[in-house]
Amino acid sequence: MTPDVETAVAQAFKDEWGQVVATLIRVTGHWDLAEECAQDAFALALARWPRDGIPRRPGAWLTTAARNRAIDRLRRDAAGAAKLREVAAMSYPPENESSDEDRAVPDDRLRLMFTCCHPALALEAQVALTLRTLAGLTTPEIARAFLVGEQTMSKRLVRAKQKIRHAAIPYRVPPAHLLPERTPAVLAVLYLLFNEGYSASAGADLMRRSLTAEAIRLARVLARLMPDEPEATGLLALMLLHDARRATRLDDAGDLVPMEEQDRQRWDAAEITEGVALLDGALRRGQAGPYQVQAAIAACHASAATAADTDWPQIAALYGRLATLIPSAVVRLNHAVAVAMAEGPAAGLELAAVLAAEGELAGYHLLPATQADLLRRLGRGAEAAAAYREALALAPTEAERRFLRRRLAEVTAAGLPAAGLPAVNVQDLIERDAGGRAEGVPGVVGGRDERALPDAVRDAEQPGYLALVAEVQGGPGGTEAARPGGEHVAPGGGEQ
Amino acid sequence: MKYMLLIGGDESAAAHAGDGCGGWDTEMRRRGVLKDARGLGPPAEATTVRVRADRLLRTDGPFAETKEQIAGYCVIECADLEEAVEIAARHPAAGYGVIEIRALWPQ
Repeated sequence: MTPDVETAVAQAFKDEWGQVVATLIRVTGHWDLAEECAQDAFALALARWPRDGIPRRPGAWLTTAARNRAIDRLRRDAAGAAKLREVAAMSYPPENESSDEDRAVPDDRLRLMFTCCHPALALEAQVALTLRTLAGLTTPEIARAFLVGEQTMSKRLVRAKQKIRHAAIPYRVPPAHLLPERTPAVLAVLYLLFNEGYSASAGADLMRRSLTAEAIRLARVLARLMPDEPEATGLLALMLLHDARRATRLDDAGDLVPMEEQDRQRWDAAEITEGVALLDGALRRGQAGPYQVQAAIAACHASAATAADTDWPQIAALYGRLATLIPSAVVRLNHAVAVAMAEGPAAGLELAAVLAAEGELAGYHLLPATQADLLRRLGRGAEAAAAYREALALAPTEAERRFLRRRLAEVTAAGLPAAGLPAVNVQDLIERDAGGRAEGVPGVVGGRDERALPDAVRDAEQPGYLALVAEVQGGPGGTEAARPGGEHVAPGGGEQ
Repeated sequence: MKYMLLIGGDESAAAHAGDGCGGWDTEMRRRGVLKDARGLGPPAEATTVRVRADRLLRTDGPFAETKEQIAGYCVIECADLEEAVEIAARHPAAGYGVIEIRALWPQ
């Protein structure tokens, strides 16, 4: 086989797998059959394309092949009227023979996304199903990515598919009035996938790290399929802006490199440009939800030429806005850090003290780590050392303990002027940590506000997201009203 | 699809035993989705039966000693799980107890 054909099949797998499976599920109503026939279709492509050439529309070719395979299989083991009905149902003209542009029916992949992310399924099942059916990862691959046994993952997938079938979870995009309640679940699953990959250490399995790429690919599909949902675009922008910094986040030892010390030359300029442009378009719709606000924060960081150029006042204000959208103590801790950068350590320390007094973050190492950092910058060495020790006792990973021990050594080193130290904040730690915590979670789209977009014109050089984000703040209670009764516990907060 | 709604609650739910379902059943019958609905006697008056090695074993009380007990059931017939959830959520017991939705196997 020529390398060309191999490449074409591999590319088609990435691009078309989800579409083929989604269509086959719709026509056959069988999830397992759909997956098996999709697999057969790709195997057939490997056999035929070298001989017949690569088809002009590989997706259509593969869908037709999979459909024919399904008809064959159902005919062969057709037993009883039910099976025959299924075969009859497959005489619908294939949807994707028509061109993408004139397709009025909802894309099957969107049905599949909403069904995989149905709130009646456990979150871990939603994630696994999404990776299996939409991204085409195999069960062993998904098991490896989530550090569970293959059998456990296999059972999880089987149970989820059984529940969809037996409990009759519908295969459809929810009606418009349910979209505000259901869309956040889809966004949350994709963001969880992203965070799983993003927070994986440098030494982690490649499969685990590749989750970011899968998440970005699926977010692209979702953003394209839901052009009226700016949070979908916001999520894609957020992923791209985080991913742009990926190469510089960890040093060779796998330790976290604070953003101030990251080599900005190595940030991915193309991803930043794309992320910023996407965010721009989304924010202009005037419905800034938590993903857009987080993307705006990431964009502020990504578009600062040097660490010193970072627009901290704007970031602090954006975190303030985010805290109203996501009622989470972790978000408020981020807010405190940003305020400290904008107005000085004392102001941030005051906010951190409020959080400490409330006790919601008790046992969370990044609260004392933040306090320690701010105390250090205020020159209150002894108090800083005490807070570093408290954080050290709570820190869950060795990389974080190394970071904290280094800082502790700095503040306890006699005669070292605190002012001479770089102003390092712990935001990177918080960000890194957020991936693993089911807190601070953009599980709900907040503050949907249909009012017309304000005439905020932004300076292209200095992003002024605040104007766009803050303008929609007007609707009091809007955030609460849009919450779907908290029935879906969404994953992966990603405090930037 | 047919589903059974198992209405459950802890002891505090007993206070609602005489509440009825506030027009829910009338509405659901009119909609054509409610097939059957009954409240159950108190779990304290339940008798649990097992036959082991040809011996009949009788226990006083419900089979599961949990805080939440089944207080009643409804059988509904509707399009899919989403409609079932919508129907269950309207039942007044959802406001103070819990409602478990179980699909009935096809006959």
